[in-house]
Amino acid sequence: MAAEGAENGADGCQSGCVSFVLRGLAAEDAESGVDGCQFDDMTDIYLGADRATEPEVAAVDAALGARGVDPVVRPETERLYTSGRSRRRERRHFLLPALHALQNAAGWISPGGINYVAEVLDVPPAEAFGVATFYDLFRTEPPDHEGDTFHVCVDAACQIAGYDDLAASVRASGGHVHLGPCLGQCERAPALFVQGSGGRRDYVPADDEPFELPQAGEESLRLLRRIGVADPSSLESYLAHGGYQALRRAGEMGAEAVLEAVAASGLSGRGGAAFPTGIKWRAVAAETGRPKHVVANCDESEPGTFKDRIVMEQDPFAVIETMAIAGLATGAANGWIYIRGEYPLATARLQDAIDAARAAGLLGPDAAGTGHDFDIAIWRGAGAYICGEETALFNSLEGFRGEPRNKPPFPTTHGLFGEPTAINNPETLLNVGDIILEGPDAYRSRGTERSPGTKLLCLSGKVGRPGLYEVPFGTSLGDLLDLAGGVAGNGELQAVLMGGAAGSFVGPDSLSLPLTLEDTRAAGTTLGSGVVMAFDTSDDMTAVVVRIAEFFRNESCGQCVPCRVGAVRQHETLVQMQRRGSLSPARRTLIDEMAEVMVDASICGLGHTAASAVRSALDLGLIASAPSR
Amino acid sequence: MTDTTITETAVTITIDGQPVEVAEGSTIHAACVEAGIDTPTLCWAENLTPVNVCRVCVVELEGSRALVPSCSRPAEEGMVVQTDTPRVRHSRRMVLEFLGSGVDLSQADDLHHWIKAYGADPDRYGTDGHPVERVEEPVKVQDELYIRDYSKCVLCYKCVEACGDDAQHTFAIAVAGRGFDARISTEFDVTLPDSACVYCGNCVGVCPTGALQFKTEYDLREVGEWRPDDQTVTRTVCSYCGVGCNLDLHVQDERIVKVTSPADHSVTSGHLCIKGRFGWQYVHGE
Repeated sequence: MAAEGAENGADGCQSGCVSFVLRGLAAEDAESGVDGCQFDDMTDIYLGADRATEPEVAAVDAALGARGVDPVVRPETERLYTSGRSRRRERRHFLLPALHALQNAAGWISPGGINYVAEVLDVPPAEAFGVATFYDLFRTEPPDHEGDTFHVCVDAACQIAGYDDLAASVRASGGHVHLGPCLGQCERAPALFVQGSGGRRDYVPADDEPFELPQAGEESLRLLRRIGVADPSSLESYLAHGGYQALRRAGEMGAEAVLEAVAASGLSGRGGAAFPTGIKWRAVAAETGRPKHVVANCDESEPGTFKDRIVMEQDPFAVIETMAIAGLATGAANGWIYIRGEYPLATARLQDAIDAARAAGLLGPDAAGTGHDFDIAIWRGAGAYICGEETALFNSLEGFRGEPRNKPPFPTTHGLFGEPTAINNPETLLNVGDIILEGPDAYRSRGTERSPGTKLLCLSGKVGRPGLYEVPFGTSLGDLLDLAGGVAGNGELQAVLMGGAAGSFVGPDSLSLPLTLEDTRAAGTTLGSGVVMAFDTSDDMTAVVVRIAEFFRNESCGQCVPCRVGAVRQHETLVQMQRRGSLSPARRTLIDEMAEVMVDASICGLGHTAASAVRSALDLGLIASAPSR
Repeated sequence: MTDTTITETAVTITIDGQPVEVAEGSTIHAACVEAGIDTPTLCWAENLTPVNVCRVCVVELEGSRALVPSCSRPAEEGMVVQTDTPRVRHSRRMVLEFLGSGVDLSQADDLHHWIKAYGADPDRYGTDGHPVERVEEPVKVQDELYIRDYSKCVLCYKCVEACGDDAQHTFAIAVAGRGFDARISTEFDVTLPDSACVYCGNCVGVCPTGALQFKTEYDLREVGEWRPDDQTVTRTVCSYCGVGCNLDLHVQDERIVKVTSPADHSVTSGHLCIKGRFGWQYVHGE
């Protein structure tokens, strides 16, 4: 439970700073030729009169010190030659950890706290404030309550599981409740996450329960084979269960052979977009002359998705081993894990795994004897769905607002810090380990021609045994639901949400649908991030769909007009529909017209998919056609 | 020194069926200008880095699933672009409608023509007694130089850019909040005199909607005396220092009511300092 007094519990990275996170002079020198004018490099940071409290200063210093950053404020005279854009470039990415430290120390991010961080990191306070106000886990007003904040999820799985009862019980015991978006614990809905204050750690009460994988120990498991079998906190146990064989094998094969194997396997990204991993890695490998990065996108926030959390919590070494393989294949020496802030156990287990691996020579110079240098740092998100979008993630990690960038250019050439970056979902990375060990042909023996391998699926809602499942691509939706104990609740299936809030609903007539990329696409739906959420006929689908619309309204970053306004107007139209119990033809047309501009003209995938589930529910007649009950 | 000539590589793209040649690195928008195709823009300005957030300049690019922002997408050899398809018109109309449904565009003069041209109807969202969320905030009048009226703000980011990396390097304002609640703000919304603001007014100079306004203009509008048609614009050189900034003095009833600088002026790129922008009172003996 809530361990008290631990050093800055909000932050997992207490030990072993990684040198590459200090972006040093090399990058600056390379840029200075471009920047030219030295006056361009000068920034006066104007600070107001507010000063940080001692606990705030101590928390920031500890968080930065753990990352090897000297928190000394430089005098103005020294700034004239070391300041400005170059110094900001060196330090800006420490803004997120520093803001976490402030929030954890004081329960909010105060003007004095912002000023201190601004001074130490050379970030203008207006920009630091703009970043702080971007995230759900940061408050910029004094808290109106004592103690920790209890975040209760209100998204679909928790909605039909009765989150209001949970919220009421927390309130009854004196806890301050914050109703918010999906916490990635849909298999154990309703979900609760406790954000510590006054230096107390963040924690998830459900993490105290023993973990059970429904398919634990089954022969057919590939990606999940160690879960429930090996001890996630022990490197020895990981090694005893085949750990680090894949990295050693990759070292023997060499980068080129690894790239070929990954391409030959037909592996595609498991974060939702299904981009071919081999092509992505090849593109990064082809870049030369600049630092390169491997980023594990662990910001899993799609409502209904919890697969990466379980993998990170239960098999953390596999994530960092396969990241090292990605580094070897692409020639990247810097590994970054960007993990959502609501995953304290996964963060701690990954950090422990990194520390143990580094101590054993499996990370760092000549990692695992491969001849390739590779190390990993963890950065925590702070509550923003959009930061799972890869370019928004880069901006967030770099200390800017998590606003997606326009593409092209793509991350393979202009990723983290504008440098070549291979960014992958943890499930994608885990697949690489298997591909290396058994070879692409054996890998392709599972799944279908166009969707080779297995898929992790997050079963939640009205199923007998919610949880994480692994099946070969091509398994039918009906068989998958049977595997998970069949339809629960009243036993009558009303609909299944595929792919999460950004996905779409299918009806009971889709049970024969083979779960492959190609079949789901042909059927007008998606596997997305692996969400399979079942609803029985007692569930109020109108309420579910209105909440999905509200989710996008709340999570739009606000940068581009189609999404910023479209998500609001879409939600308003559905709320109106909910009140009236019907949707006029003109309003239905309006929903389609709004969807069209969001799909066509939004900057990123959030806007592109914000109307997807809504329209599928209307098409299926799940809402607005008749009183649902 | 040897005489070196840098030859510019040209690329040819097809816009609405016409081949257009532009220098490599030019944007699709620049090519549209070259071809004489009028394109609506809002967040784009010639003296700022494109941020492509408003999406009103989108065009259809062959081979691209979504529409692309012409203001920032570089023209590449062989691109085939359509600027007037039903998809393009639909997106532009919807963007204008969305903006008009959420903020006050009454002083966004450059948009009025486009709202008409694309048949945008911002009022259709609030029908049937169905209230829609709008940005409604009291006008911030915190000094005698300029006012901020964020109920007119379309979040084009221009003021942030002008205050920051694109001109002034003061960083007094940034985007704060998220989604529809995102606003341009100082840290903790402190007043401008308490912020890093140096009153260069370059944010005012680039604002396309009247959200940022000279106090003189605001006061005249408040009493119904702002008459652009009766104003003259006189170009002169700032008298304060030796830099040589061009000033355009906007004069109504023989009084200066605001000062701008031409965006294509080699010295200013449209940007000024507090003296050139706001320091004209001595002309009137005040």
